[in-house]
Amino acid sequence: MIEGAKWRRWIFFYIPLCAFIFTLLFPFYWMLVTAVRPDSELYRPWSAPNYAPFWTSHPTLDHITYLLQETLFSTWMLNTLLISIAATLISLFCGLLAGYALSRLKFRFAGMLGTAIFITYLVPQTLLFIPLADIIRNFRLGDTPWALILTYPTFLIPFCTWLLMGYFKAIPRELEECARIDGAARWQAMLYIIFPIAVPGILSAGIFAFTLSWNEFIYALVFLSSPAEKTVSVGVTSELIRGDVFYWGSLMAGALLGSIPVAFVYSFFVEYYVAGLTGAVKG
Amino acid sequence: MAPVVIRNLNKTFDGVHAVKDVNLEINDKEFVVLVGPSGCGKTTTLRMVAGLESITSGEILIGDKIVNELPPMDRDIAMVFQNYALYPHMNVYDNMAFGLKMRRFGRAEIDARVKAAAEILGIQAQLQRKPRQLSGGQRQRVALGRAIVRHPKLFLFDEPLSNLDAKLRVQMRVEIKKIHARLGTTAIYVTHDQVEAMTLGDRVVVMRDGVVQQVGEPLELYNAPANRFVAGFIGSPAMNFATVTIAADANGLLWANNEGIHIKLPAEVAGRLRKHVGEHVTLGIRPEDLRVASSRDPADVAFDAMVEVVEKLGSEILLDVKVGPSTMAAAVEPTVRAKVRDQLRLAVNPDRLYFFDGPSQAAI
Repeated sequence: MIEGAKWRRWIFFYIPLCAFIFTLLFPFYWMLVTAVRPDSELYRPWSAPNYAPFWTSHPTLDHITYLLQETLFSTWMLNTLLISIAATLISLFCGLLAGYALSRLKFRFAGMLGTAIFITYLVPQTLLFIPLADIIRNFRLGDTPWALILTYPTFLIPFCTWLLMGYFKAIPRELEECARIDGAARWQAMLYIIFPIAVPGILSAGIFAFTLSWNEFIYALVFLSSPAEKTVSVGVTSELIRGDVFYWGSLMAGALLGSIPVAFVYSFFVEYYVAGLTGAVKG
Repeated sequence: MAPVVIRNLNKTFDGVHAVKDVNLEINDKEFVVLVGPSGCGKTTTLRMVAGLESITSGEILIGDKIVNELPPMDRDIAMVFQNYALYPHMNVYDNMAFGLKMRRFGRAEIDARVKAAAEILGIQAQLQRKPRQLSGGQRQRVALGRAIVRHPKLFLFDEPLSNLDAKLRVQMRVEIKKIHARLGTTAIYVTHDQVEAMTLGDRVVVMRDGVVQQVGEPLELYNAPANRFVAGFIGSPAMNFATVTIAADANGLLWANNEGIHIKLPAEVAGRLRKHVGEHVTLGIRPEDLRVASSRDPADVAFDAMVEVVEKLGSEILLDVKVGPSTMAAAVEPTVRAKVRDQLRLAVNPDRLYFFDGPSQAAI
């Protein structure tokens, strides 16, 4: 907390805080207001005398109804959910084992391997999708959820591995040594001692992985083509932008509804997730 | 309960030779303390016994079995760590029961053992608490309890009291001693605190730079240190050292001389020092063997000293004094009235002098 005079607190704390909150929340407000605004208002020229971009006096559910009834939005949601959960689980499983091994086991090239995994995370997806598209075609996985379930881990596993590696390193080694003397094999010490303590780290890795797969765009755009297979991010943009016509109302409704699950997951696990990022192991 | 034998034990870490040819035989039910300054290899030795570090060369036997390749879980040992290493996500009961669960003990047996250990340690009221809700002393008790419930062949302690405050440390030291007397389990205890080593150990192993300096009962180390290092390490305040020259006078009597000291050596001591006549050797005097000279003390066991610091401890007074070129500590009677810059005459019991060979530092 900022100490001192009231004006100092306002200038250095409250005003920046409000500006920050406003900047973060405004896009959501914009999505909401656009989603419920009738077309007549949406396409009104800015020079019109009754132009009011930040408010509507005739809210309507037309765009949302259109989105849910005339497009495959619910299918896209389901696809995204399935793909995200599957990709997250796979990545978390691999990341847990890899992160544990890299942080705890002494083997040759352990340090180099850790760096190499990190470097693969730095390869931009916009380059990686070209060779991946070839692989997907060879395995005849194109246009199936597997195309994404198997490709998302290419960037999620390095990410989870690194996050968990850092977390495992912060857990005192003695805990595990003590468990091993107490009669636990290495895998039991890992399962009963290290993983339960690492729950905040595991949850934050999971939340991040889930969000990254939920929001992923380029792989979904390239590997999926039939409307019934698409994810929300691709479905909304490809089906509601037709040529140069933007269905702004439904687009924003799709964006708003599409961000609800992520917001839900975050708010549910927020405490773990903060502890996971700050790496606090309470002894 | 088992004897432990360590034969020619060596450990190298990335080219650093941390433990060098350690040989040690620990009897059944014995309490052995490894003591030495940090980095002397004592903890590494303990961790090799525990199976937490691989052995570069040599052998470790627990009972009559070579355990070199045995994983820690199969060695039937229990270890208490410096930072307690309590499992933070489990309550006290589960912390203590974990080792038993891993070894597939029955629920009733686990319950009985945990409750019995909790009673010995006086932590029955805390069984349902999480480690973070406990004080340092309570945590250490839980860590002890976790070791006790297992009824292992061997207890290993890795500086278990170092994180406690001075008063609690003394209290827990007594407690550990009592528990050992009661259970009779063989124990190896690592500490850098020589007071802990002296009070706890049936035998004490002094280590330095990976090499065992001396193994012996506490008073043996105190009264007959094998070399200058052991002499300086055991005893508090530490032994005073001064370089002296051994000289023989016309009557064949030996004297230890330097700028401030001129002491006649008794016949028994002189016998050992005869072949060092004319050489520089290190003279060691324990602070508690120094006293303020009275008129009864002969002149040839006393020397002049100037007081530099006076520390009044109540039961005694510690004086830091300048004797010739060197500084010495003297633990004198609390009735002594000494002030800074006072000139005193200090006397020493000539039978309580220690001599160490110049180059090798070994006791003469």
